[in-house]
This record gives sequence, structure tokens and C-alpha cells, in this order.
Amino acid sequence: MGISFSLLAVTVLILIAYSGVKFAGLHFFFGVVIPYIAIATFVIGIIYRVVKWGLSPVPFCIPTTCGQQESLPWIKQDKLENPSNTLGVIGRMALEVLFFRSLFRNLKFEVDVANPTEMKDESRVIYSSDKWLWLSGLIFHWSFLIIIVRHLRFFTEQVPSLMRLLENLDGWFQIGLPHFYVTNLVVLLSVTYLFIRRVIIPQVRYISLAADYFPLLLILGIAVTGILMRYFSRVDIVDVKILTIGLVSFRPVIPEGLGIIFYIHLFLVCTLFIYFPFSKLVHMAGVFMSPTRNLANNSRMQRYVNPWNYDVKVHKYSEYEEEFRGKMKKAGIPVEKG
Amino acid sequence: MDTKRADKTLNIDYRFPKTGWMDTPVEFKQGMFCHGSKPKDLEAVGFPNPREWSSKDKDWKLPANWKEIVLNGMKERLDKYRSFKLFMDICVRCGACADKCHFYIGTGDPKNMPVLRAELLRSVYRRYFTLSGKLFGKTAGARELTEDVIKEWWYYFYQCTECRRCSVFCPYGIDTAEITMMGRELLNLLGLNTNWIAGPVANCYKRGNHLGLEPHTYKSQIEFLLDEIDTLTGIKIEPTFNRKGAEIIFIAPSGDVFADPGTYTAMGYLMLFHELGLDYTWSTYASEGGNFGFFTSNEMGKRLNAKIYAEAKRLGVKWILGGECGHMWRVINQYMDTWNGPADFLEEPLSPITGTKFKNSKTTKFVHIAEFTADLIRHNKLKLDKNRNDNLKVTFHDSCNTSRGMGIFEEPRYIIKNVCNYFYEMPEDTTREKTFCCGSGSGLNATENMEIRMQGGFPRANAVKYVREKNGVNMLANICAIDRAAFPALMDYWVPGVGVTGVHELVANALVMNGEKERTTNLRSESLKLATESTEVTEKDKKQRH
Repeated sequence: MGISFSLLAVTVLILIAYSGVKFAGLHFFFGVVIPYIAIATFVIGIIYRVVKWGLSPVPFCIPTTCGQQESLPWIKQDKLENPSNTLGVIGRMALEVLFFRSLFRNLKFEVDVANPTEMKDESRVIYSSDKWLWLSGLIFHWSFLIIIVRHLRFFTEQVPSLMRLLENLDGWFQIGLPHFYVTNLVVLLSVTYLFIRRVIIPQVRYISLAADYFPLLLILGIAVTGILMRYFSRVDIVDVKILTIGLVSFRPVIPEGLGIIFYIHLFLVCTLFIYFPFSKLVHMAGVFMSPTRNLANNSRMQRYVNPWNYDVKVHKYSEYEEEFRGKMKKAGIPVEKG
Repeated sequence: MDTKRADKTLNIDYRFPKTGWMDTPVEFKQGMFCHGSKPKDLEAVGFPNPREWSSKDKDWKLPANWKEIVLNGMKERLDKYRSFKLFMDICVRCGACADKCHFYIGTGDPKNMPVLRAELLRSVYRRYFTLSGKLFGKTAGARELTEDVIKEWWYYFYQCTECRRCSVFCPYGIDTAEITMMGRELLNLLGLNTNWIAGPVANCYKRGNHLGLEPHTYKSQIEFLLDEIDTLTGIKIEPTFNRKGAEIIFIAPSGDVFADPGTYTAMGYLMLFHELGLDYTWSTYASEGGNFGFFTSNEMGKRLNAKIYAEAKRLGVKWILGGECGHMWRVINQYMDTWNGPADFLEEPLSPITGTKFKNSKTTKFVHIAEFTADLIRHNKLKLDKNRNDNLKVTFHDSCNTSRGMGIFEEPRYIIKNVCNYFYEMPEDTTREKTFCCGSGSGLNATENMEIRMQGGFPRANAVKYVREKNGVNMLANICAIDRAAFPALMDYWVPGVGVTGVHELVANALVMNGEKERTTNLRSESLKLATESTEVTEKDKKQRH
């Protein structure tokens, strides 16, 4: 159900852009209005989400510790997996955000018997490394980032040299013209893999919602239309630049000659931007705020304050002694009141 | 579950139901859940909705405005805990956590996959707190809050041991323990707890410990252990209770004082402190290190925990030493000072024997006994005869809470290696931060839910079995009182012949005490002559326990 709903949603989006531009001639709406709305929604939406999370305090210091704590001086602390200061936390977060450290740990388990649904006394559970999710996730996110950075060339008059370097690296595998970008292929493959695993791994399929399939299909749509434009139904870069530079300089112009695929591509991208802050995709911002990862395990060394800490009713020693004084005295346990 | 059953088959069906999880009603399976809480226990601590009820009844006698209570409770907690709000929002359902839960591995029940356990709550969050959920309902993964949902929560949030293993593997660190805690807090607003948790909470509140031992009983229980030590070593130990002016107050889980095999660990504490001539006292008022309140609500956890600092202050001690316990140490490390600090009336802990300053406990003033003892051994302050543990082939189980909520891995290993000649590690994917739960943590170590305990403990037991077959391991060491209470049944069921011990029992076996008579047995009265003949020992060990 989730898949068909998501497939339908992406198809409808494509049709909206297609008919809006092709039949209704709403070039300005799809080329200028929607992109502005999308950027505004994305920026404001992300800020709204982050502020909303930020308004809820972190009452306790609850890092998930994944290595040796800071202890006696001769015991080697695992400073990245169990940091006790800010520097360690930065290192831990960097590993998490840049290299997906936790996913890298992924294991799968198998039961070593003829019939795996029957776990007998002699069964053995075997754990083995399973890096496919980590690998596909990592290369997907990195390619996506590189592609976005590459797109920034459309927004500047001169292409910065750093970006040229990136393009050259990405385009090392050259077959004819234009340069073939490795990331284009990789993003396509990794998104496809992420989609397929969602469908075929029973655990993942069982938990998947429309909100899980939709972004994958949307990104697939963006990648396909982008690749079509670059390698097959060529778009004049000069025209694209006129539009984008117009957008960033707030003097929007609609150039002639931008094909329908460009508008579909742009509309899908805009949809992604608008959808982003209100969906699970906010994990991009959320990961930085996760208290099990971004706190140092130092609450035994430094006082950690809960802003809403309040007094509670406790059973006081005096009440306890009142109840048991006779028995305590008899047993030779010291008491406050003779 | 009949733990003596010959045919030990779990019959796990990892296939998924044809219906989606929202359309698959919860089925209360015998042996998978605990008895409901009793009214007197809720009344003792002033919890809402005390009444006679049973989870098997159709009518759970919820308050008339139960739905409002739950939704308001959710709103309040979303505003108070960033973890809760964030973890409701950012899960991408990648499935990395799915097969990391010992309950999922052991039961195959999809709702035991951490992600789905969280979705039980998340679906209600979406319906009432997000726009997409309000607009698109089920398509957006949202569902109505009904009494059946409450029952499902009760069944599954008391089928999670808050072990945090899933959190280690989650790319965003989403911690099911946080979700389960919130779920349990909400359930407690309706008076929905289990007898096994609410009982100890009420006991601990009034009498100072989970078992409800009154002061004189607590003392006489320890005196019984002193007699045992006397028989074994010829040394008379005279510890003090509630003594003002002692340098250190010692807080242990009450399970160690009361129940085998924890009592051997308690004997270990007593013998070690005597040998050191430590100026310390026990307390009958703060006679519990563990905290079942923590398995109920943050507030209840704080209420029970408050006694420790209060008692340290009343007695005027300098610092606190804590025994071997799992969730007790998660609480001390991550909650205690925040709840009930600052403990500015105490001093920064300093070992009177070695002069070591325990800098990592500068603010809580609370030192873990494994840190304390490791430091002693490092400074050669103990005379140890490792050979006295030669009848044991030991493996070490990292307890969930001390592993993933603290990170105390090397200290206990260092101690064990110094007091035992035979030490073997379990496979690395089942130890340290990846350790598997005993299956009975967070208040699940009752008897009526033995089925889920044996299933949830299966991954751990299976790893023990591996070292049993490979290295002849016959003793499972740990630093957790729940482990010592829960493992004997689990070992008997899956890996017969493996005993269960605390680390300080091993220390006491090896500890050569000043003026002791020649020891012919270990703490369990097992002959030392039997050494290395492991099978005989374990048979005897079994008899001893039953």
C-alpha cells in the first residue's frame, strides 16, 4: 500500500509539472514562484523543527556508551566511543555524521540449524558483519551532497576553482562529452538498492510506511530527470543559468527554451525541499541533537542540571526510624532519638 | 515454561503476519507477561488509580478520562524530554535495530523489533501531535488511541528490558529505553504497572530495600553471612550499621544480601573491607542500591534514590562506595546527581588504602567497587591466591546498564584476571557495548513470565554455551544483582552446569586474609581439592543452588 501510494504521489507530481508548464503555460509559477516557496519552506521549516526540539530540554545526561569509560589513569579510555569531554564528543559526532559509525557496526544474525524457525538446544546463533546498509547509505548521502554542491555552479557567474576541482574528480571517468559524473550513477544505484532492500527484507518491509517509500521514489525521479537532461535531452546551460542567477539576485527572468524535463526536475526538487522539514528527512538536522550521541559521559565528574528538576515526596529517615525504632534498638542499630 | 523440560525448543517463527502490524491485535501469551500491580503497592507511594485488576480481564478499570490523561501526559513529556520528541520524529525505519533486540531474536514477534516497539507509541504521537497524522491517518502511520492500544503498550513496554543494545546500532542513537520509559510513565498514570515492579517499589519506599527487609532483619541477614565467613576462615568480622562518622558508606543491591548466589558476593564485600580495615558502614535505611522506581517513572526513581545522599549526609561520611549492580550504576552515573545532588557535603573520593583520587566521580562522590578493587590490585594491596579459583573456568557477562550507560569494561576484567587463572571471553559480538541482556532486566525477573525470560535470554545463553563447549567454562561472572538473580534459571535451562557469580565472590575466594585458617573450601563450601575437575564441581554447584 505504501509503495503504490508513493508511486502514485510521484506520478501525480510529475503530471502536475508537465501539464502546468505544457498546457497551462505556467512557466513563471513553476520556474520562479514554486522555487521561492520551496527554499523559504525548507529554511523556515528546518529552523522551526530545530527550535521546537531545542525548546524541550535534555533533563539527563544519557549518552549511549560504546567503549571504556574514563576511569583510573592506567585504564585506557575509548575517547571516541565513550567521550568524557567536548573534544571527544565532536570526534564521536564527526564519525557518526560523516562516516555513519553506528551503522558500520551493523550485524546480522543467523541460526545454524536446518530449520531456522526452530531453535533447539544445540542451535547456535551466529553473528556476522553486514555492511550493505552502511555502504549504500554512506555512498548515497555523499553522492547526493556532491551533486548538490556541483549544482551550485548554476548560481554563480564564475565557477569557483574548488568546484572545478570537485567536478574534475567526480568526472574522472570520461566517456565522450559531456563529462560523465560518477556520483550520478552512484546515487541512482544506491537509491535503487535502498528501495529494493525495503521491499525484499521482510523486517524492513513490515515496518515501512508510505513516508519511507515516497522520498526514495522522489529522489529517484529527481536523479532520472537530471540524468536525462544532462546526457540525453540536453538542456542549454546558459538558459538554466539565466533562470538561477535571476532567482538568487531576486530579479527573476524566465528564459525561452527550457524544456519540460527541466521543469519536472525542478518541481520534484522543490517538492523535496518542501517535504523535507515535515518528514523523517529531518534526521539530517536531528542527528546533531541526539542526546545519546552528543553528550559526554561525564555526569559523575561534572554536575549535570535538569532545568525542570523539582522536589519530590520522599520517605524521610525520621519517619523510618519512627516506624522501626523499637526493632532497631533491640537489634543494636543506632538511632537518633533514644 | 517448565524449566526442566527435556526438549528445549524455542519454535521461533520469524515469518511475518499477513496483516500489517496495526491490524494485528495483541495476543496475551501465557508466560510472556507479569501479574498486574496490586492496589496496596500503588497506594503506598501515592500512584494513581489503585484498584484490583488483572491483565487477563477484559475491563482494566481505567479512569473515565484515561484518554485525556494519556494525551496530556504525552504532551507534557514531549515538552520535558528532547530525547522523546526527537526520537518520535527522526526514525527513518532503516531496520538496523530490528534484529539487535534479544527479545526479537528469541521470540520472532515483530513487535519486539525496537523500531516497531517505538512505532507503538509513535503511531499515537503522529495521530494527535502531527499535521500529517491528523490529515492522512493510517497512510501516514498514525492510529487512534484505544484501550487495545493501551493493552498493547502494557504488554510490549513490559517486554523490553531497557538494555539499549538497539541504541548502539541506530545511526541516530535512538534509544528504545527512552521510549519504553516514556511508555511506562504513561501507563503508570493509569495505574498500569506490574506486581513485580510495584511491589519492590513500595517496599523500598517504606523499608529501604526492594525485598522489604526491616532493619533488624537486614542486619541479621548480614550476620548470617558473617557466620559463614567465620566457618570458612576462622575470622570474625564485625561490620557496623547506620554508624555516624564512618569514612565511607557502602551501598549494595539488596539482592546480594538476601539471595543466592548474590550472598556470596556480599560475603566478598565483607571479607574485602575487613581485610583492608576500611572505616565504613552499612545502612538499613539506604539499604538498596538498585532502583525499581527507575522502571516506573523518573519521579519515582528520584524518590527512591534520594535516600542514599540523605543517609550519607545524616551519617556524615566522606564518600560513597557502591556494590555490583547494573541499573543501580546507570542511575548513579547518569541520573543521581542531577536528581538529588549536589552532594557538596561529601568529599572527592579518595582511597584510604592507596591514596588514589577517583577523579571520575568528582561530583557524585560515588565509586564503583570494581574501580576501587582494581585500584587496590594495581597497587599490590591485596594478597591473592589465584589457585583457589582453579576449579572455575570463568567467562564475564557485561551487564547492559554498566556497559551502555557507563562503560565499565576493563575494571572487572582486570580484577578477574588477577584472581582467576582461567578466564575466557565470549564472542565479541556478544560482549562489551554489544552485550546481550540476561532477558530479565528492568523489572522482568519474575516467575510468571519465565517463557519470555528464557526466550529473551537465549542469545546470551547461546554465547555462554559457545565458551562452555570450546573452553569448558563453568562459571558466568557479572557485576549485576539482577544477573545473579536471573541467570541461574537461564543457565539451568540452556547451559546446565554453568554457575553464576559476582566478581567479588571470586576476589574473596582468592583473598588471603590476615590470620585466616587454611581454607579447604571456597565460599560455596565446595572443596578446593576438587580443583580443575570442572564437571564434578558444577554438579555440586547445582545441588548447592537448589
